[in-house]
Amino acid sequence: MKLEMKDRPGQLVAALKPISTVGGNIIAVIHQRETSAAATEVLDVQIVLELPEGRLDALLEQFREQGVSVVRIGEERLLYECTLIMIGHLMHTDLSDTVDRIDRTGSAEVTELSLVMPAISSPSSARITIRSTTRAEMKRALRILRGVAEQKKLLIIEPLEGV
Amino acid sequence: MMRIALLGFGSVGRGIARALLAKDLDIAVTGLADSRSGIIDAAGIDLAAVLAQKESGGPCGNPGVSPTDVVTKADYDILVEVTPTNVETAEPALSHIRAALRRHKHVVTSNKGPIALAYPELRALANENGVFLKYEATVCGAIPLIHAIKEGLAGNTIARLYGVFNGTCNYILTRMAAEGLTYEQALAEARELGYAEADPTYDVEGIDAAIKLVILANTILDMHTTLDDVERTGITLLTPEALHLAEDQDCTIRLIGEIVPGAGVLRVSPRIIAKTHPLVVEGTLNAVTVEADLAGELTFIGKGAGSTETASAVIGDLLYIRERHVQGS
Repeated sequence: MKLEMKDRPGQLVAALKPISTVGGNIIAVIHQRETSAAATEVLDVQIVLELPEGRLDALLEQFREQGVSVVRIGEERLLYECTLIMIGHLMHTDLSDTVDRIDRTGSAEVTELSLVMPAISSPSSARITIRSTTRAEMKRALRILRGVAEQKKLLIIEPLEGV
Repeated sequence: MMRIALLGFGSVGRGIARALLAKDLDIAVTGLADSRSGIIDAAGIDLAAVLAQKESGGPCGNPGVSPTDVVTKADYDILVEVTPTNVETAEPALSHIRAALRRHKHVVTSNKGPIALAYPELRALANENGVFLKYEATVCGAIPLIHAIKEGLAGNTIARLYGVFNGTCNYILTRMAAEGLTYEQALAEARELGYAEADPTYDVEGIDAAIKLVILANTILDMHTTLDDVERTGITLLTPEALHLAEDQDCTIRLIGEIVPGAGVLRVSPRIIAKTHPLVVEGTLNAVTVEADLAGELTFIGKGAGSTETASAVIGDLLYIRERHVQGS
C-alpha cells in the first residue's frame, strides 16, 4: 500500500507500528521523499506487507488515528485461490451469468476457465479458478456458486483442502 | 473354548468359517443360520462340511431352524451377526441383536444397519446386560479404524476425519482417470469383476459411505446424527472430461466422506485432490485420514471389503472380547 504522512521525526516508526499491532508482517518499506507533491511537509511511503484475514479495516482505522492517509492499496489483493470443476449443461444455463454472479461480489472473481464440450446434447465440464481478497470472501463466493449450481442443476466438485 | 453363533452365511459368514478352519483360534460355532436354514449343535458345528454343502448350492442347515431359533435357543457366548445391511429398518438383524443382548450374550456385527440406526439403544442394552457390542467390520472392512480411534487415540480430540470409504466408487474413478472411460463403462467393468452390485445405487450415490460416517460420528465422535444429516453427492454425473481437467493440474477426483465434529459437518461428495495425497489410493482400497490434536495426522489404508478381510475385523472383535471377559459364565 502507498501511504502519506507528515514529515516529522519519528512519524514513520509511528506509522509502521499499527502494522505489527494488528499482526501484520512488513516485507518491504520504500521511502520516496523526493517524488511527493508537497515535498517539504509530506512523506510518501510504500509498504509491502502481509496481513491476517479481516485485519485490513483495523489497520486502516489505526492509520487514520495516526493522521496517516492511505493513498492506494496495491494490486496484489486477490490472495486466495480456489479451483473447482463444474459438470452440467453449462452453456445452456448461461455460463457468463454463472461467472458474473461471482464477479459481481467485487471481492472475488473468476480468473480462469477451461471448458470441455464433448457433444452437443451431453453435459460439459469446466475447470474454474476463483480468486478473492480474503478467505471469508472466498467462502462467500463458494456459497454463491453452490446456490447457482443447485438452481441450474450443475455438479460442483470442490477441492479436498479448503481455500 | 469360546462359542459363537453365526447369523449370515454369505461372503462374510463363509470368510469367518474359513478363517476359523484355517487358524487354531479355539472358537467353536454352536449355532449357524442363513436366511433359509439353520443348525444348532452344542458340540460344535462341522464348518468344513457346512461350507462344502453351501458351496455346492445346498442349504447350510435344517430348513426347520430359523435365525431366531439360533439367537434364542443355541448355547453360545457371542452372537456374530453378519447378514446384509438394511438401511431403512435394520431388520431382521436389529431384533436378533436385541434378543442376544437381553440373553446376556456379547454381539459382534458387520451389519451397518443396526449400528447406524439404533446405536444408543443397543449400547445401553449391552451395558445393562454387562456384555460387549462390537462392530469394527461395519466401517472400512479390514482397517481397524474404530479400534484405532477408540483405543489407540483415546484422549485425543478429533478435529477432522476424511477419506475414501467406498471401494466400488474408488474403483470406478480410478478406471475413469486411468483409461478415460465414461462412468457407464467403468461401472460395467466394476460389475463384471464383482465390485459393484446389479443395483449399484447404494454405492455410487454415496449412501454406503454416508452410513459409515454416521456410524463413526455416533459411536466414536460423540455426535448424534442420522443418514439425513449427511450432505451427499454421488459419482453418477462425473465425466471423463472432468477427470481430465483435474489431471491437467496434477490432481484427480475421489469420492470423499468427511466429518468435522466441531462444525457438525458430515458430507460425502466427489472432491478434487492432489495425486500425491495419501488418500489417493487405487482400485477398491479404502483410505482414511484422522486429524487428532495430540497424535497429529494419521492415514489408514487397506481393503475395505472382501470375505477374508471383513472376517479379519470380526475375528479381531471376537478375540478382543475373549481377552477382556472371563469365560464360562
